[in-house]
Amino acid sequence: MTTAAKKLESESRTVELRHANRRFDVERVRRDFPILAQKIRGKALVYLDSAATSQKPQVVIDTITRYYEQGNANIHRGVHYLSEHATKEHEAARQTAQAFLNAARAEEIVYVRGTTEAINLVAQTYGRTHVGAGDEVLISGMEHHSNIVPWQILCEEKHAKLRVAPINDSGELLLEEFAKLLGPRTKLVAVTHVSNALGTIVPLKPMIEMAHRLNIPVLVDGAQAVPHMKVDVQALDCDFYAFSGHKVYGPTGIGVLYGKSALLDAMPPYQGGGDMISSVTFEKTIYNKLPYKFEAGTPDIAGAIALGAAIQYLSGLGMENVAAHGQELLAYGTEAVSAIPGVRLVGTAKQKTGVLSFVMEGVHPHDIGTVLDQEGIAIRTGHHCSQPVMQRFDIPATARASFAVYNSTEDVDALVRGIEKVREVFA
Amino acid sequence: MSDLRDLYQDVILEHSKAPRNCRELATANHKAEGYNPLCGDRFTVYLDLEGDCIRDITFQGSGCAISKASASMMTQSLKGKTRADAERLFERFHRLVTGQAENGNQTELGKLTVFSGVSEFPVRVKCATLAWHTLHAALAGKQEAVSTE
Repeated sequence: MTTAAKKLESESRTVELRHANRRFDVERVRRDFPILAQKIRGKALVYLDSAATSQKPQVVIDTITRYYEQGNANIHRGVHYLSEHATKEHEAARQTAQAFLNAARAEEIVYVRGTTEAINLVAQTYGRTHVGAGDEVLISGMEHHSNIVPWQILCEEKHAKLRVAPINDSGELLLEEFAKLLGPRTKLVAVTHVSNALGTIVPLKPMIEMAHRLNIPVLVDGAQAVPHMKVDVQALDCDFYAFSGHKVYGPTGIGVLYGKSALLDAMPPYQGGGDMISSVTFEKTIYNKLPYKFEAGTPDIAGAIALGAAIQYLSGLGMENVAAHGQELLAYGTEAVSAIPGVRLVGTAKQKTGVLSFVMEGVHPHDIGTVLDQEGIAIRTGHHCSQPVMQRFDIPATARASFAVYNSTEDVDALVRGIEKVREVFA
Repeated sequence: MSDLRDLYQDVILEHSKAPRNCRELATANHKAEGYNPLCGDRFTVYLDLEGDCIRDITFQGSGCAISKASASMMTQSLKGKTRADAERLFERFHRLVTGQAENGNQTELGKLTVFSGVSEFPVRVKCATLAWHTLHAALAGKQEAVSTE
């Protein structure tokens, strides 16, 4: 096919995609994100690093500004107007997060700093009370370091064992192997919903069913899933679900741990301090009810309220539309990037979302990143905090382009042109 | 604006594709490992030291174009040099890639001046200096892997 014919085909495909998802207007979405209007190194910014952190819509930025300009006060303690108002907004955002995950109750939503803190919280509370010598914690072979290291710390302390369910060459979890690793010694399963390095969507439903048949609770790292798909914790029947605000168009420093109330209730507190108590004497402290038992100290009030705004923004786009848009971009990107000679995708699971990880023959990912950066294209290069995944594929690193609601097929085209530039430089 | 060609000069690209002295050294009496896990760059530097003289120097490993070319050109510049020469060159090289080199005093660096463009790309300094830090560790007889991250 000639270059012109290829271009024509690609253009018609773009048009087709636009028609396929009419309810989703990328151009309008892009205008909601002020950062996208700027130029980087003299070039229009092509932001393809949303799996690291997403950009923020104006409404989230405005929410933070408005809070500090008009609403700032500490929560749960003042009788004055501002404190009462801040408390109300802080709790309203919790209900927004509850609806977003379809949690049964608002008190099952615990504010944390992010997914990492959520997992550490469960490891240090549920983990320390339920995992003993000779017990096992089961994770998968494509976990982010934040869903490996907290369990290693726990297992080392308790003389327990960390078991790892393997993945295949496409980056799919081997369900039969997972099933074999579940046993009477397994005290907890901790698994990602979507792999940050490979984009694989993990088949949670059957895994949770298998674990529950043996009465093993399941924690899900949802950091890379919630930006791309509707998550229903009741339908999944997971016991814990964690996500970070900053990957879902909210600010950094705020995230959510969902936990079934019966489990959360039985768990000891994570940190001691103000807000997490109902009464304190030097002899004894009575802990506060859920979720405050796990929210010691003055929280990130502005962050929580802005997370609520971010969730409302995303939900307002319609999660079905968001998911469809993500799948279209992924399909378009997969075809375009894998067609470039010498480029190989890492992570080719049938069920994927959000991420295109790739390596290029003869060019180190770091060099790819530097050349693309000169073109105003932001991608991530390196091990993506998933060194065991790199070891599994026997590569030192990958280049990773990741998608969000504001990315268009034009961004993918820019990426492809950028990769061609890489080839020119390193020809 | 920093230009790509300032960073990826032809000499650097050429060395990254066909690195010199890239092999294990059977006669090595010193060696050290350098590893930057974030990038995934990993090199071993082998030294055959006779007294203070670097009789032979090689390296092995993998990494980005900058780190590989730097390792390759480092081995070329150091063969036959003394320990003190090597440390002095490292010091000069470090100043060059971090943009602290004094003007007009680069003669000793010779071909290594092609790395001057690195100073415009601060995140790549760690790539350019990994082999040198590894060399330093090999000379000092350090056992644990070094990192520039």
